[in-house]
Amino acid sequence: MIRNILTGTVLALALTALPAAASEPVKVGMITTLSGGGSSLGIDVRDGFMLAVEQGDGALGGVPVEVLIEDDGRDVGRSIQIAQRMMQREEVEIFTGIIWSNLALAAVPRILRQDALYISPNAGPAELAGEQCHPGYFNVAWQNDNLHEAMGQFVNDEGHDDVYLVAPNYPAGRDALAGFKRFYEGNVAGEVYTSLGQQDYASELATLRDADPDAVFFFLPGGMGINFLKQYDQAGLKGDIPLYGPAFSFDEGILSAAGDAALGVRNSSQWSPDLDNAANRDFVEAFQDRYERRPSLYASQGYDAARLLGSALSKVAGEIDDRDALYDALREADFDSVRGDFRFNSNQHPIQDIYVREVFRTEDGTLSNRIVDRAFSDHEDAYAGDCRLASD
Amino acid sequence: MLLFLEQLLNGLQLGVMLFLLAAGLTLIFGIMGLINLAHGSLYMVGAFSCASVLASTGSFLLAVAAGVAAAGLAGLVIESAIMRPLYARGHLDQVLATFGLILFFNELVRIVWGPRPLFIDVPDWLAASVEIFPGAGYPLYRLVIIGIGLAIALGMWWLVQRTRLGMLLRAGAADREMVAALGVDTRLLYAGVFMLGAMLAGLAGALAGPLFAVEVGMGEHILIQTFVVIVIGGIGSIRGALLGALLVGMVDTLGRAYLPTVLRLIAEPATADGVGSALASMLIYLLMVVVLVWRPRGLLPAHGH
Repeated sequence: MIRNILTGTVLALALTALPAAASEPVKVGMITTLSGGGSSLGIDVRDGFMLAVEQGDGALGGVPVEVLIEDDGRDVGRSIQIAQRMMQREEVEIFTGIIWSNLALAAVPRILRQDALYISPNAGPAELAGEQCHPGYFNVAWQNDNLHEAMGQFVNDEGHDDVYLVAPNYPAGRDALAGFKRFYEGNVAGEVYTSLGQQDYASELATLRDADPDAVFFFLPGGMGINFLKQYDQAGLKGDIPLYGPAFSFDEGILSAAGDAALGVRNSSQWSPDLDNAANRDFVEAFQDRYERRPSLYASQGYDAARLLGSALSKVAGEIDDRDALYDALREADFDSVRGDFRFNSNQHPIQDIYVREVFRTEDGTLSNRIVDRAFSDHEDAYAGDCRLASD
Repeated sequence: MLLFLEQLLNGLQLGVMLFLLAAGLTLIFGIMGLINLAHGSLYMVGAFSCASVLASTGSFLLAVAAGVAAAGLAGLVIESAIMRPLYARGHLDQVLATFGLILFFNELVRIVWGPRPLFIDVPDWLAASVEIFPGAGYPLYRLVIIGIGLAIALGMWWLVQRTRLGMLLRAGAADREMVAALGVDTRLLYAGVFMLGAMLAGLAGALAGPLFAVEVGMGEHILIQTFVVIVIGGIGSIRGALLGALLVGMVDTLGRAYLPTVLRLIAEPATADGVGSALASMLIYLLMVVVLVWRPRGLLPAHGH
């Protein structure tokens, strides 16, 4: 035992004595969902991230990186296991990739406790934005509530004051409706929590029709959203009561499966394929060339995560051991985001514009999103005030 | 009142959908003594095959037929390659093997069709809305599902009660060894039963395609409900499966529709909505517990065990 520790120390000393040549690539651990339900999100994040790495010929910001990708299967236990194995065996010090908030809440604190850093390309639970914020935790996508808050604001702007709310009965579902109501000023015509993974919404739709609201806001990510959109349309409600939701039920994968049921529905997002800036035009074209499909917002988030990391690695010239310098470099967010303007708030979550998009039919007959309005400019999340990073 | 009738129809529709899955599952368990967790995977195979044939031919009828055929074929392969050596083993081995099959089929479907969900729309000729009650339309497609489900239930009753094959099925459910001793080719019988169950699951999957997301893992949620159905109805009994399916469909639908409203009478609206929906999603399991306490072998158990 003691000999092992000694050998370890000697090895560590020997390693630090070596010149900081960029010969050894910086390891990045990507823990994401690549199999089972919801795998299309993880695959998009991975492909977006790897596109940026490929564009740099295996380097981010000129610093060679080695990306270790592992599938968490949307399983909390597995995400923790992978993180621990990567930290212990592979000595990974930079992590990214987790899609789901419950996985992030379990794995990310363990990563941070080992003094590794984490860049979130998707999950943005309130805890990590507020009281549990950490100098080594950066969220490049959004705080979970942001897109719902934007829709709350937008339905006000549209003049709706009797809105019916639908979300699954789990923490992110309740947070979604709380976020919506933080900005929505009208009357709540009804508030329905469905079970997670629910397929049939006939009962909820009949009750909804009976309540006769002037608009419906729903947050049903993944397959639940496809079920709901199809059945909403089949029940003949789409023409009568306008439907609103966050982008999570309108990504490219869902649109191709929901078909015309989603056509014309407005949804809130921090990104859209038609956002007019040079970085985004390049990204959309490069992604389509490389993967022969349209990028989703998740792909854009993976891409931005990689480019944010690249900007910081280039500033510190690949020296990741000086954590404070690395954190400072990340905090500057000195990269061309595909969203245009992008900067970090004091809790290291984005301050960004949030748009309202509309599902439309492209020239080749498939469905996609285009921006029709802007719900928020330079929007900050509601938890930044609870984060005490500066005093640390 | 109209709303209540509509909710009853919704419950009936969910019920017959569950019956299509439960009938196969309960037959397989009743006759072969086999617990098949991969039944939901056959449902998924049916839906995915239906979606691809629909995308390439445009014919919904052909697509549904393809879904049934693909699931039946997958069932035949599973039965002969995986299940046959497991008949003599305990239920735990069967559960392990069929759980492995769930993972296998999820990955296989992802490799063949990709991770993104597929698209199936209601065919134009079924996309209408029917006014069964004045002033309240009901989607024709859901009515068609109810019709098909009830027709299958009738057909199954006829098959089991009125045909020679049905006699063998009933005899097999009552005493497997004796049927084999009387010279019935049980290998053929088992393969046939498994394939029939698989085809029913495939039919359910294909019919569910236009309503639900056709995605990897789509069979798992409904599989749990299906197990609740056959436990309530009595394992091995087709009549029990029908009764259980209709009960579960009704209780689930009406619970989701009315429980929050009922709770609003005694609690704050916000609490009522939260507790009501949580309780509504538990309702079928509560029903199962009550039935098991009252009748441990289910409402209409198969004879002879």
